Amino acid sequence: MTAPLVAFAVGNPSRGDDAIGPVICGRLAKWLENQNLTDRVELIEDFQLNVEHALDLQGRELALFIDAGENTPAPFIFEQIFPSTAASYTTHALPPQAVLQVYRQMEGTEPPPSFVLCVRGEGFELGAEMTPAALGGVDAAMTLLERLVTKPTLADWRA
Amino acid sequence: MTYQLETAQHPEKLRRVAIDPVSRVEGHGKVTILLDDQNKVHQVRLHIVEFRGFEKFIQGRPYWEVPVMVQRLCGICPVSHHLAASKALDVIVGAKRLTPTAEKLRRLMHYGQMLQSHALHFFHLCSPDLLFGFDSDITKRNIVGVAAAHPEIAKRGVLLRKFGQEVIRVTAGKRVHGTGAVPGGVNKSLTIAERDELLKDIYHIVQWSRDAVHLIQKVHIQDPGLYNSFGIFRSNFMSIVGHNGDLDFYHGTLRARDDNGKLIFDGVDYQQYDKYIEEEVRPWSYMKFPFFKSIGKEHGWYKVGPLARVQNCDQISTPFAEHERKEFVDYAGGTPMHAPLAYHWTRMIEMLHAAEVIKDLLHDDDLLSDDRMVEGERQMEGVGVIEAPRGTLFHHYRVDENDLITMANLIVSTTNNNQAMNEAVRHVARRYLNGREVTEGLLNHIEVAIRAFDPCLSCATHALGKMPLAVELVDPEGNIVHSLSRS
Repeated sequence: MTAPLVAFAVGNPSRGDDAIGPVICGRLAKWLENQNLTDRVELIEDFQLNVEHALDLQGRELALFIDAGENTPAPFIFEQIFPSTAASYTTHALPPQAVLQVYRQMEGTEPPPSFVLCVRGEGFELGAEMTPAALGGVDAAMTLLERLVTKPTLADWRA
Repeated sequence: MTYQLETAQHPEKLRRVAIDPVSRVEGHGKVTILLDDQNKVHQVRLHIVEFRGFEKFIQGRPYWEVPVMVQRLCGICPVSHHLAASKALDVIVGAKRLTPTAEKLRRLMHYGQMLQSHALHFFHLCSPDLLFGFDSDITKRNIVGVAAAHPEIAKRGVLLRKFGQEVIRVTAGKRVHGTGAVPGGVNKSLTIAERDELLKDIYHIVQWSRDAVHLIQKVHIQDPGLYNSFGIFRSNFMSIVGHNGDLDFYHGTLRARDDNGKLIFDGVDYQQYDKYIEEEVRPWSYMKFPFFKSIGKEHGWYKVGPLARVQNCDQISTPFAEHERKEFVDYAGGTPMHAPLAYHWTRMIEMLHAAEVIKDLLHDDDLLSDDRMVEGERQMEGVGVIEAPRGTLFHHYRVDENDLITMANLIVSTTNNNQAMNEAVRHVARRYLNGREVTEGLLNHIEVAIRAFDPCLSCATHALGKMPLAVELVDPEGNIVHSLSRS
């Protein structure tokens, strides 16, 4: 059975704060298991977003894109996003808005309501540890995520 | 095959155009173009940051961790690094010949990787240029634009890539960070259910791949003036070839030809690669420049990847792809085709071959066997070579008595193509930028040339907020005369 919420966690664990997405993914997986909520969320971890992730949006009620941010507000941004061509130029790593747009064009319908959780990173060097600031951002993001998963409705997420 | 335009005689008198980073290639690259007062191109260089740091990152780690660690080199083709490392470590553990099950499972994984990577490249990286033209509206010349104008093509691209990734998932165990290959074999066979699930779709995949070959063939043949000459340069070329000279992405011996197709070397055991290939360091680039030792660094550089492979082999073992190879060879007129845009045509022939091989393997019961591992006499050094989507990939390791890596040397496909990409960019810059205004269309011509090689810029990092493209025109004093950016 398709989980109503899909969460994409994006990043490379070996490149400093680019690990934010995978670290959140791991912590969220454990929390979901402890809360017996694994049926509610499908977690998808990948290095980068790409076109095939549009297929993972099929049959969802909500979608969440979790990623590190460079030069983005700390500790994180959480906001609703919409399909867009304007945000898309690269195709090796699509921004979340472009994934939504690919879904719209392929399926001929609107994608599920979607949000981005972008936690600010400070350093992305190969082999570097995550920075204390990023780890603090992960803690703050987890508090939000636990609330979001507990109340997985569009109205609650918009509030 | 010269260094013409690489180094200007009096760069202090020139203006500098910087394209940084190159868009729609992974990570960051930069093109610098030095112009004189008459806007004549004097110097062109493609700068790419290579992951030399990764080799140090690996040193000191237990060798059995390496096949998993190296997947973090590249977010687009982690399987290639996974398998090249595993092949090198097969030598370390003395596994001279894998079990049929292990080799076929690895081959299945690799051909799934080739399929998904080539599909991504063609449908989502290059088809916008090919379907809309190099000078078309920048806001539409992307995958979203393709999806809007050609929804069926875009959908097939997504499904082809998805299928390839499913092949990787069932053979590697996971969608990312898979552990399917281990030194000496594989740690997982296919289940009947997994095989049958893939079999349901494979015949569509083969047909869509045939259609893709015909699409690019049509695009190419319709505009020979452009496709046969854009960014063209002549060079040597190299790949591994399999048994009897077959096209083989997984295993074989090294073969190199000159620009006329004459053999330079053949049947070379890749454990001896460093007797044939040397890497030159140049002060202006982090990325090394490999060349054939027997010819020397000025004329010994070469290209790798689909255009090299399809013309280096004697035949392709699968019928549809072999038919398409012959069509390509006939079109080229019996001599090697060197046009960079022909990479796209050959890339689709390779995608078709990958689909056909996957179909054949899925009918082979060896995939279901538990006979997965071998070992032998422990060695201290090993080399693994594979034909990755972008070209020949070398992994070379030494380990100590405590099983820790003491040396790692990687020559990735993009490094093998370094000089070739520089040559293509120089030709395009000289043709399209000389004395002209810097426009989006002109800049994209340079990017089109680079994308033909599909360079991997070693990043595997994707953080929101990065600027995909910035262009600066700088005078000899370092002042920005003009700038252009895309966001």
